[in-house]
Amino acid sequence: MEDDAPVIYGLEFQARALTAQTAETDAIRFLVGTQSLKFDNQIHIIDFDDENNMINKSVLLHDAGEIWHISGSPAEKAVLTTCYSKTSESRVLTCAAVWRMPPEWESGSHESPDDSSNNPQTLELLCHLDNTTHGSVACVLWEPMGDGKRVISLAENHVLLWDLQESSTKATISSSATLEGKGQLKFTAGKWSPHHNSTQLATANDTAIRGWDLRSMSQIYCIESAHGQLVRDLDFNPNKQYYLASCGDDCKVKFWDVRHINEPVKCLEEHSHWVWSVRYNHSHDQLLLTGSSDSRVILSNMVSISSEPFGHLVDDDELSDNEESQQEDKGKEPLQDSIIATYEEHEDSVYAVEWSAADPWLFASLSYDGRLVINRVPRALKYRILL
Amino acid sequence: MSSATTPPDSDPTGRRRVHSMLQLYYGLNEEGKVVEQAESLDPCDINGPHFDPEVYLNKLRKECSLGELMDHESCTVKQIRSLDSDMQTLVYENYNKFISATDTIRKMKNDFKKMEDEMDCLSANMAAITEFSAHISGTLQDQHAQITKLSGVHTLLRKLQFLFELPARLNKCLELQAYAQAVSAHRRARCVLQQYSHMPSFRGIQDDCHVIMEQLAQQLRQKFRDGGSSAKDLSECVELLLQLDEPAEELCDKFLSHAQSRLAADLQGLEAELKDSPVTDTGGLVQKTNPGSNPVSPSSSSTTNPFLSPSAGTDILEFIDRGCNEFVSNLCLVIASYQELFINRPQEGELASKKIPEMANGKLHVFVDTLAARYFSLVERRIQEEKGVGDNSLLVRALDRFHRRLQAISKLLPGSAVPSQGTEIVVRAARERIKQYLSALQTFYHDSLTDVRQALAAPRLSVGGTSASGGGATSKDATPSLPELLTSLSNFILNQLKSVLASVHLFTAKDITFSNKPYFKGEFCSQGVREGLVVSFIKFICQSSRQYCESAGDRGGSTPPALLLLLSRLCLDYETSTISYILTLTDEQFLVQHHTPVTPVTALCAEAREAAQKLLNHYVKVQGLIISQMLRKSVETRDWVNTIEPRNVRAVMKRVVEDTTSIDVQVGLLYEEGVRKAHSSDSSKRTFSVYSSSRPQIRYAPSYTPSAPMDTSLLSNINKLFSERIDIFSPVEFNKVSVLTGIIKISLKTFLECVRLRTFGRYGLQQIQVDCHYLQMYLWRFVSDENLVHFLLDEIVGSAAHRCLDPSPMEQSVIEVICERG
Repeated sequence: MEDDAPVIYGLEFQARALTAQTAETDAIRFLVGTQSLKFDNQIHIIDFDDENNMINKSVLLHDAGEIWHISGSPAEKAVLTTCYSKTSESRVLTCAAVWRMPPEWESGSHESPDDSSNNPQTLELLCHLDNTTHGSVACVLWEPMGDGKRVISLAENHVLLWDLQESSTKATISSSATLEGKGQLKFTAGKWSPHHNSTQLATANDTAIRGWDLRSMSQIYCIESAHGQLVRDLDFNPNKQYYLASCGDDCKVKFWDVRHINEPVKCLEEHSHWVWSVRYNHSHDQLLLTGSSDSRVILSNMVSISSEPFGHLVDDDELSDNEESQQEDKGKEPLQDSIIATYEEHEDSVYAVEWSAADPWLFASLSYDGRLVINRVPRALKYRILL
Repeated sequence: MSSATTPPDSDPTGRRRVHSMLQLYYGLNEEGKVVEQAESLDPCDINGPHFDPEVYLNKLRKECSLGELMDHESCTVKQIRSLDSDMQTLVYENYNKFISATDTIRKMKNDFKKMEDEMDCLSANMAAITEFSAHISGTLQDQHAQITKLSGVHTLLRKLQFLFELPARLNKCLELQAYAQAVSAHRRARCVLQQYSHMPSFRGIQDDCHVIMEQLAQQLRQKFRDGGSSAKDLSECVELLLQLDEPAEELCDKFLSHAQSRLAADLQGLEAELKDSPVTDTGGLVQKTNPGSNPVSPSSSSTTNPFLSPSAGTDILEFIDRGCNEFVSNLCLVIASYQELFINRPQEGELASKKIPEMANGKLHVFVDTLAARYFSLVERRIQEEKGVGDNSLLVRALDRFHRRLQAISKLLPGSAVPSQGTEIVVRAARERIKQYLSALQTFYHDSLTDVRQALAAPRLSVGGTSASGGGATSKDATPSLPELLTSLSNFILNQLKSVLASVHLFTAKDITFSNKPYFKGEFCSQGVREGLVVSFIKFICQSSRQYCESAGDRGGSTPPALLLLLSRLCLDYETSTISYILTLTDEQFLVQHHTPVTPVTALCAEAREAAQKLLNHYVKVQGLIISQMLRKSVETRDWVNTIEPRNVRAVMKRVVEDTTSIDVQVGLLYEEGVRKAHSSDSSKRTFSVYSSSRPQIRYAPSYTPSAPMDTSLLSNINKLFSERIDIFSPVEFNKVSVLTGIIKISLKTFLECVRLRTFGRYGLQQIQVDCHYLQMYLWRFVSDENLVHFLLDEIVGSAAHRCLDPSPMEQSVIEVICERG
């Protein structure tokens, strides 16, 4: 059976920030933040209609500045945070803020999609994550599976934990930590671990990956020289609490068991330039997505280090009702670690890739020239994983 | 008469012909069957057996004219006539012969009659003689019987006298130590005494004899035990003892234990020597430390290399010699005399029934095996101490001698396992040797690499810069250039390998006894030398080279890039020529017959090539990283919004160009130029003008007009549609241009990505413009396709313009002026 062709959507502006709308589990929806110094920046809400293979977009104005990072609240669909750069008095500072989408954007876009680009609605500012004392914000992280009340921002070499109060209109720093020492200490990326009751955080600065305990705000592990060069992104395995994937400027993707930090568990070297983004699939953690400035997106199947039992793919639960299919499976070769597909639809560096929050077989990738490509996991593989 | 027309010939030949004709007629064929067959079938052949006169006549009548017929007729008549006369002659001749034969027979009849009479007379005479003779013997009968009886009594008396004299005689023999006589005398009397022992007189004699013989046996045993006596004496002793019914087993044991004590002394001597040697060995090791002057020069490297043999107290040849001369030869002597005593003696009488040879043989084997085992363990210990791989000939000669001497044992003792064990030791030693050589080669390789490293690290007058451009003024001690290092390194390795091969080759030399063992003919050559030594070494080189890529990959380049380059070239050289050369050399030297599958040359070459490729890729990566790092720092640390108007090209860019140039020189020393895309321009000026005037204006002019934000991305997208995708960290080819292209690609892409992360003010953009232009001016000449540089630089300037708060680009002419000035 033929795989569906990728769906491509072009933004007028350059863009780096992409996120799935985390709280939305019905519609397949991605948020893209644009980067433009000359025009008002926008947040494109891209709804993907899976049945008709069509895209519906709505645009919201984000007039605060160009967007470097965007992330949606896990609890409330309409709430999101952005990191944007603000130029004032010939000084560029990246700030962070919590926004709410105006409630009418959905209806408006459906009625007259053409109008929406002409008269875009503006995001409603809920509060700033005030960072004037701490410097530029690299990213804002929501508490995974939380109630949308806690966020972490990484600003220069500070980790700031915020409490959002009064329906997110007020943000107060509840605790913070500062990385001190020699060398380049500016955080480049971070990830809030969904495990351990959401008490752990992993950050990247220069070539090191650090783990933090949020209760004591202290470092719990540090992988020095995790990559030969800068670490660009991290992601936690959603099903295996100690497993972590990282990527960086040495063109490699590495998998770590944070209990044994001397050596990576595995190392992939498939990209021919810096790898900017790495994402585990939320439900099937053998599926791994990476985006690189060699303009490629690679979907890999890392069975050997996934939570799936390596070698046979049938869950014990399914065993009873799938007796027959198991018989079939025996004839098949067990899946090996491999690249499933390399997607070459992009023509500029891909800075962000993201799985859909609603459909685990669907993902989007965003390149600098503003091209958003929505792809699916090949059907054949999907069925092999499911059956 | 085959042809009817020929007239009868002159007489003698005619007769012969007639004769033959007659023979034919009577079926006596002289000339064989061919004639018979030829003449057999034709009915018209007048001479043939199937001749049919009717047919013949008919044929003649049909074929011939009247004249011819007439001629024929006369001819035939003539022939018939001559035949008739021939027949007559023959009849007359035979008649005469017959008559003479009848005469002869008659004469014979008369003679026989006379003879018959004489024979009758003779038989009568013979009968008379017989009668007389019978008469005579009848008269002599009685006297003869008497004489016989008397002589019987005489011998009995003689024997008795011998018996009575026996004790005295034995005693006398004992005094004179004439043991052999005593024993033989006793043996002769023994049965008789035994037989008549019921008579008291005989019994007395027997007892006396017993006592004396007991004494004698005691003395013999004593003598045997003393052992100081010669082999001949010993054997005599043993023989006598055996004859005295001494149990053979005991004798064997005694003999062997006696020999053992002597041989053990030999072994102890050897062992003592062994214990001494380790002490001196360490002394040898101390000598090996590296005095460490300029390590690349061949003279001093010989002191550093591990091919020096440890100066042991006694060298192995001496040791083996001693072992051979003392232990082995003594052992051989023992075996020989033992065999003479117990095994090879002609067995007579009751002794034969005791199966002494089998028993004795078994004992001997056990004895030899235990002793040989001890000896072998000593030898093996000694061989193991032979760690230094200096003079292999010594070891080979020692092993040869060892092996040769053991052959003597095999001759003496055909069924023994000792020689084969000895061969095994030799084989093991050879195997061990190969391993040692391999490890020595490996350490040598590492040492040479360390040397090269030091040479590279030493006074770094920039390997590319001065030393390459001649450096005539500097003395010869100055750092050798890369190609020199490469050739010296590869020569060192090759020479070392060759010398190792030569050393190992000694094992298979013709005059060495064990060289014709199947192991040394087959497995040693193919599995041992070829696979175990040469192939393993080549693989080791590849592997260690690859390790340089991996270990240095993550933890920052601990390997100097020049070394990577050098190794890559080395591996490439191996791929193109050296490997096949080495293997051919090996195959020729060792006449390797590949019974077992061996690594093919192509597989090794592929491995070497892979290693070379990896090294070169890594080199590109490392060098690219160094330049990238400079560019990245320069972009990241600057405040691009508040920068001042550009007056100069930034120093970083000059550094980049400088470094690239020196890399170019460095690579150029080892790799060929490579192919550029056809349209290389001969001056930077021209390409520069193309770049500056047309392209950038098309490319980023629209982006300044606020009305059309789409155009830029559209244009750049269209542009990208037509240009090939650029793989940044892609494998490079083995040439300079490709390497440089790789490095520049990596650097510029880094520059691009860093620029995209920053925000620029007006002057920031202009500075980038100036920098890019400067890079453009200098970098195009290094790469295979200058469009690539253009494309990337365009992209950088374009991105900077996008990221600019106040994008007002600098005048092209001003940029040119600044760049030319800087």
